[in-house]
Amino acid sequence: MADASYETDALIADDINAYLDQHQNKSLLRFITCGSVDDGKSTLIGRLLYDSKMIFEDQLAALEADSKKVGTQGQDIDFALLVDGLAAEREQGITIDVAYRFFATEKRKFIVADTPGHEQYTRNMVTGASTADCAVILVDARKGMLVQTRRHSYLAHLLGIKHLVLAVNKMDLVDYDQSTFDQIVADYSTFADEIGIETFTAVPISGFKGDNITSSPSANTTWYDGPSLIDHLETIEIANVAAQEKPFRMPVQWVNRPNLDFRGFSGLIGSGTVKRGDAVRIVPSGKTSTIKTIVTYDGELDEAVAGQSVTITLEDEVDCSRGDVIAAADNPPEASDQFEATLVWMDDEALKPGRGYTLKLASQSVTATVQEPKYEINVNNVGGSGEKLATKTLELNSIGVAEIHTDRPITFEAYEDSRALGGFILVDKITNATVGAGMLHFSLRRASNVHWQATTITRDHHADLKNQKPRVLWFTGLSGSGKSTIANAVEQRLNVMNRHTFLLDGDNVRHGLNKDLGFTEADRIENIRRVGEVAKLMTDAGLIVLTAFISPFRAERDLVRAMMEDCEFIEIFVDTPLEVAEQRDVKGLYKKARSGDLKNFTGIDSPYEAPDEPEIRVNTVEMTVEEAADHIISQIMPLK
Amino acid sequence: MRRLTHLERLEAESIHIMREVAAEAAKPVMLYSVGKDSAVMLHLAKKAFYPSPPPFPLMHVDTTWKFKDMYALREKAAQDAGMELLVWQNPEAKERGINPFDHGALHTDMWKTQGLKQALDHHGFDAAFGGARRDEEKSRAKERIFSFRTANHGWDPKQQRPELWNLYNAKKAKGESIRVFPLSNWTELDIWQYIMAENIEIVPLYFAAPRPTYEYEGGLFMADDIDRLEKVMGHRPEITERSVRFRTLGCSPLTGAVESEASTLADVVQEMLLTTTSERQGRVIDQDEGGAGMEKKKQEGYF
Repeated sequence: MADASYETDALIADDINAYLDQHQNKSLLRFITCGSVDDGKSTLIGRLLYDSKMIFEDQLAALEADSKKVGTQGQDIDFALLVDGLAAEREQGITIDVAYRFFATEKRKFIVADTPGHEQYTRNMVTGASTADCAVILVDARKGMLVQTRRHSYLAHLLGIKHLVLAVNKMDLVDYDQSTFDQIVADYSTFADEIGIETFTAVPISGFKGDNITSSPSANTTWYDGPSLIDHLETIEIANVAAQEKPFRMPVQWVNRPNLDFRGFSGLIGSGTVKRGDAVRIVPSGKTSTIKTIVTYDGELDEAVAGQSVTITLEDEVDCSRGDVIAAADNPPEASDQFEATLVWMDDEALKPGRGYTLKLASQSVTATVQEPKYEINVNNVGGSGEKLATKTLELNSIGVAEIHTDRPITFEAYEDSRALGGFILVDKITNATVGAGMLHFSLRRASNVHWQATTITRDHHADLKNQKPRVLWFTGLSGSGKSTIANAVEQRLNVMNRHTFLLDGDNVRHGLNKDLGFTEADRIENIRRVGEVAKLMTDAGLIVLTAFISPFRAERDLVRAMMEDCEFIEIFVDTPLEVAEQRDVKGLYKKARSGDLKNFTGIDSPYEAPDEPEIRVNTVEMTVEEAADHIISQIMPLK
Repeated sequence: MRRLTHLERLEAESIHIMREVAAEAAKPVMLYSVGKDSAVMLHLAKKAFYPSPPPFPLMHVDTTWKFKDMYALREKAAQDAGMELLVWQNPEAKERGINPFDHGALHTDMWKTQGLKQALDHHGFDAAFGGARRDEEKSRAKERIFSFRTANHGWDPKQQRPELWNLYNAKKAKGESIRVFPLSNWTELDIWQYIMAENIEIVPLYFAAPRPTYEYEGGLFMADDIDRLEKVMGHRPEITERSVRFRTLGCSPLTGAVESEASTLADVVQEMLLTTTSERQGRVIDQDEGGAGMEKKKQEGYF
């Protein structure tokens, strides 16, 4: 066993200060290891920790004991046990999540993302790859390239990892045979060309025996003239350094305002460098100014670079807040509200095209809808025919390309140019789960070319002239609950009060604007989105809009709410129990739904999500139509 | 072109994390244990918001059994940072006189796990910074930087939110909270190197000095308050003066001392690097319930 090599660096004992000096200025490389279940990933990482003396004696003792108890290597040390963390997975003998490990050599500190190899955990690998500069793809020398090898390489490439290492592992089990290694490298080269991987480095190793891990060539692979795995990892260029060559961008995280005399903008520099006196532009407003100071706790800096967290002050009093990006004045990023992106779906509940999700990109958070995907990527067949699959949605762990629309323009760059301004996450508005991650490709239209027409007569003028505050009274409830009837009564009252109103009714809209839509979940979402847009235009015109739609999904009602100005969206829950609505059955629809003649009917075979906190609730069992209408009027007073 | 060192990058990352929390959480708090990791975390908070003071209070979940030196530094550190210091002692544990000698694991559960939950609920904090590092322990290696907790403070390792790039999802429902670990990617050596580079004040107990010690169940401990020890133990422990220091700081009767002559930072780091037992071994907490001790504690709400 390798116990003999388990010695600490002699310099530590001889001259601790020299050792500390040496280690004070290391660089930092993040990499990810990927392979299928039995490729020996955990063993390799355990070995790296072991060889870089990151295991203490007590851990070693525990490891030896565990190896005998649950190990898979007989009486030998099972390095995998060092890194397989959680109790549940220890029992199953597999890694189920992303784990981060640390080790260091004289030149570098390394952060390793250890991610699982089996199919259903694409999301974990994507997560680990998102912060990695390098990917180590493990292949079992006995098995050669597998479907998983292709998938992992594709994902690493998709996430923009520029440095790929093909680690051909378990060479000890093929008698360190050169031709086996050469064949795997040749196969991989062909595949790499197919999917656009420009370069990779192949190393023959044995994680278990330690060949070519820290030094090369091992006595068993004299035919190999390349670097050891560690030697190679120590020389890879770090993405952070390359980012300094790009134009300056700093997303503003936090406005630092300790007193009236100081106003600083805090953030992590995403790319480029910045100096005192540099001309900058605030995006998306387009305002320009000059860097006054670069403030840190350790004093002011003349210059700061990508990867540093700083606070910047500007010469001019310009509007700038969280979500804005401070950028090089002569080379700012674009802003847009329609994109094409690659999406990785990460939630058990599939993507709902048309639903509003919170999109977070750098420090910007907006509401975004995803259109029906153009196609899904068959990750098991990338580079081959059948790579693109037709789909209407994306399930957990699937990857696809789709259009994304945001409710306001966001500042962005293509992911291949900038991880900081091109990578985003999607968050479900109800569960708050992170449901997807995406990489922006390009804007579908240059939002900068479709400036909002600055009209002289504003929405305020429209509203003033009508002597009212525009609003949307959004009636929601089951079919037959009385939405249209009550909305009609409310509109009559407003009309008597000389107010300008418009009633958008569900059935009527479906005769015209939305006659192309059916009643599937996706169509119902689109129905509501369009009605929301129309209602929004009408509020801009100064009207009080009444809408009567079942609008069964909370997320869609919230989406419409988010479109409107603050306090202009009034959600009115027409609260009628299903039995009562069904009994009324004014249009005979419940009967049809019960008999199966009508599909996707809310309350019967499609859910209704009641509002949690509607602005107004009317109970139609206890109130008459007249009482309900009076109650609503009393709640929305004053009208101006 | 400037190549950032690993410490500069770790610092920038931690600062970025803290600013995200300040911008997105309604009522954040920084948990402060007075140990070396807390000292580094507090130092980073000062840097993150300079020239403003950090926009959240410091909170110490106290067991009443910490070392006197820790209490002294606690007050000073908060004052230096211009931050409000909140101290929470579980009133129930206090009333029942829970102590490490008579109550074993219950001591940690009542004072720390339950105490922390009470304190967070009492003040209504929705985000709490903690100084835990992923290299400390196996189950920590898989925890997110933003670790989501249910309204009961439970942690479900299978329901963690994926964390991509440096985008943190801080959204939560009412009553739920987030534990945030800005030092996730630091190792013990990084912490020591940073303390040296930045000249951060830490509790003197980390450095060797002659101290009154006693042996208890095979471990070596420091008699920080001999009268109180006598009262709880039922006898006055036999005291020997030895040159000792501590590799980790917790409750004085639960934190093993190591015999050492390391009296400077460089000495301490040297000793840390040469030593062959890992940091947490001095603490009794991880050895409960086999290797799954910490994972189980976290599911119950321990930090």
